[in-house]
Amino acid sequence: MASRDDIKFLSNPTIGQRRDKYCRFKRFGIKYIDYKDPDFLLQFVNEQGKLLPRRITGNSLKYQRKVATAVKRARHLAMLPYVTDQLK
Amino acid sequence: MRQYEVTFIVDPVLSDEEIKSTLKTYQDMLSKEGGEIVHTEEMGLRQLAYPINRRNSGVYYCVEFKLESPSFIDKLELSLRRDERVMRFLTTSLDKYGVKYNDDKRKGLIGKQKEEDKGSQQDEQKAKSDSGKPKTNEKEAVKKVVAAKQVLEAVKDSDDKDVQEEE
Repeated sequence: MASRDDIKFLSNPTIGQRRDKYCRFKRFGIKYIDYKDPDFLLQFVNEQGKLLPRRITGNSLKYQRKVATAVKRARHLAMLPYVTDQLK
Repeated sequence: MRQYEVTFIVDPVLSDEEIKSTLKTYQDMLSKEGGEIVHTEEMGLRQLAYPINRRNSGVYYCVEFKLESPSFIDKLELSLRRDERVMRFLTTSLDKYGVKYNDDKRKGLIGKQKEEDKGSQQDEQKAKSDSGKPKTNEKEAVKKVVAAKQVLEAVKDSDDKDVQEEE
């Protein structure tokens, strides 16, 4: 028999907690973002191929700008689509 | 002395020789103008993300070179633009980090680094989730132990009672 105190732990207790955002480029010391690597850039676009905002990716402004240029270059070279659906 | 990088997509319908000669023309052009070719990467036939000139795939080439004066870039781009074999091109100047990145990539350091990064990320996530879990586990365990003790005591009591009743 589950007592009343046990019921509290039947759901995941970490569900409501907010995970700390961080800039992965600063943390891992990545200085250059390659526009020829579409798999890596896929992390920074949504499934329509649009750039994700900083508030979701957690990038610092400096690297968000670099991500944006890299994605735009990749689009020009047809490595990423300009418009699409169900990219992921 | 600056380092540049030109990436271009060649029409895949052409024969292999023609595709290779396309690359050769630009390599020759660069070396003729005093450019120093650092590396040529053949990325091969790739699927395009969207059709260009009614083609769904293209042969990618990336030439990295050093150049004294940037005036030649205009010439190079003009000839790329006029070339019917080239579907798309992009010229970029590399900063010091870009040069280092390409160097490391050629040595085969980059892929591993990324895996390490991913590994460390996963480790951190694991560590986070682990740090979240043990507490609850401990609490649950303590509670279970307490509950078990209570049950045992209850059983003992009832046993005692039974014994007493039998007596």
